[in-house]
Amino acid sequence: MGEKTQVGAGARTGDGARADGGAQAGGGARDDTAEVIIRLTNLHKSFGELSVLQGVDLTVERGQVVSIIGPSGSGKSTVLRCVNGLEKIDRGVVEIEGVVVAAVGTPGAKPAPKEQIRAVLAKTGMVFQSFNLFPHMTALQNVIEAPMTVKKIPKARARELGMEKLRRVGLDDKADAFPSRLSGGQKQRVAIARALAMEPDFMLFDEPTSALDPELVGEVLDVIKSLAREHMSMMIVSHEMGFTREVSDRVIFVDNQKIVADNPPERFFNSPEHPRVAAFLDKMLN
Amino acid sequence: MLIDDRLGFWQYIIDKMPILINGIKTSYLLFFAVLLIAAPLSVLAAVAKVSGPRAVRALLNLYTWAFRGSPLVLQLSLVYYGFPYLGIVWQPWTVALVVFSLSFAAYETEVIRGGIISVEKGQYEACRVLGMNFFQTMRRVVVPQAIRRVLPPTCSEVIILFKDTSLVTSIALMDMMRTAQRIVIMDLRIDAFIAVLAIYLLMASLTVSVFHRLERILNASVLKEEGS
Repeated sequence: MGEKTQVGAGARTGDGARADGGAQAGGGARDDTAEVIIRLTNLHKSFGELSVLQGVDLTVERGQVVSIIGPSGSGKSTVLRCVNGLEKIDRGVVEIEGVVVAAVGTPGAKPAPKEQIRAVLAKTGMVFQSFNLFPHMTALQNVIEAPMTVKKIPKARARELGMEKLRRVGLDDKADAFPSRLSGGQKQRVAIARALAMEPDFMLFDEPTSALDPELVGEVLDVIKSLAREHMSMMIVSHEMGFTREVSDRVIFVDNQKIVADNPPERFFNSPEHPRVAAFLDKMLN
Repeated sequence: MLIDDRLGFWQYIIDKMPILINGIKTSYLLFFAVLLIAAPLSVLAAVAKVSGPRAVRALLNLYTWAFRGSPLVLQLSLVYYGFPYLGIVWQPWTVALVVFSLSFAAYETEVIRGGIISVEKGQYEACRVLGMNFFQTMRRVVVPQAIRRVLPPTCSEVIILFKDTSLVTSIALMDMMRTAQRIVIMDLRIDAFIAVLAIYLLMASLTVSVFHRLERILNASVLKEEGS
């Protein structure tokens, strides 16, 4: 465990010292003592006739930042949405912190009791491409809504917590502003604060900057980077290659309904093994 | 002969007020009682219609179909004259309250249902990933947004309700319209009609201004430039 922490910290300083990269490469070869926080096994998902995922296997360890990239329509977002149950899987197993939250068509795997699933899903934060803030609530109300209604935290304490989280994303001065008065970047930061207010064990980011004007992307990425520095476990679907490279411990490439590459960022970007990855990077970076 | 003893409009109406006032009371009492009963009923029915079990949804579909599909006068008459055959004898007031509430709620249920399904899927997903259950999602997020969107059509429904209270005459209740009719027939002058016309119109203005105010309060900073 100690070794793992060191690995994570080193990888995330962004100093390029990723000599550990080899040890982490390629799915199963990682440190056995590291705690697996998310495990997806043989995930299948289709929307009607359209097959989106065909046999996705993926594990995320505590403290890791895993980025998912790939061509649009490749099923990147669907992977995230299967993790926290926003999409029902057709086949496979989804485990969060050792609790089976979904299991279909897999002998020997059975979903945990509902209460246990609810408890473990409550520790899963998610940030959406389209923010999905509650338009009838102020920024602060957005942040404290779930702590109050779900965790039954008294209002005064929830407000303290909410202000703390808003300060965390640099928006404590916008606490009383309604979403309609905020810029896209500010909205997304409030959405991050809202997720953080539930004290999640890990965070899912579904294209968090794709709906933003270019000049607003940076402020959101900065917040996510700061989370990475604090060793928040994260899965991030993003098109921001520079950011992905800087923040990730592993980069996963999804194409044709499958994971075709799972490498540390250095290896992923500098010497892509898979021709599809190379072609994609060529298109994205040039 | 009629011309000689004719009083001025205001003097005449004041003279008739002791009779008229009973009708006015009936109309208003029915109106407010129905609003009070039907408002929560329609919210519940709308939520159930959107997300209830199949059997409940089917039942509610039957309900809105029957009550929106048949004339209110007929509903009143069927219950008032028909229920005694089933051994159920209700006072006219009971019949009026029950039938008007169910009828108004049938329309309003559909209005609110429209509001609920207009709330984006992302709102439900946000609630879900925050751990909110169905009831919390509805009460804290979906219904508050739906209510804002249904204010304009609801305003129309409320105006219609006030006018429709005049239909209670079909079950022997004296509302203000019926009372005015009586007075007009007795005295052969139409001043009482003018008076109730004024009351209906005034009530319509009042309703509109109440709803405008509600819209202003609820939407103040919210739905303007609403992006997401």
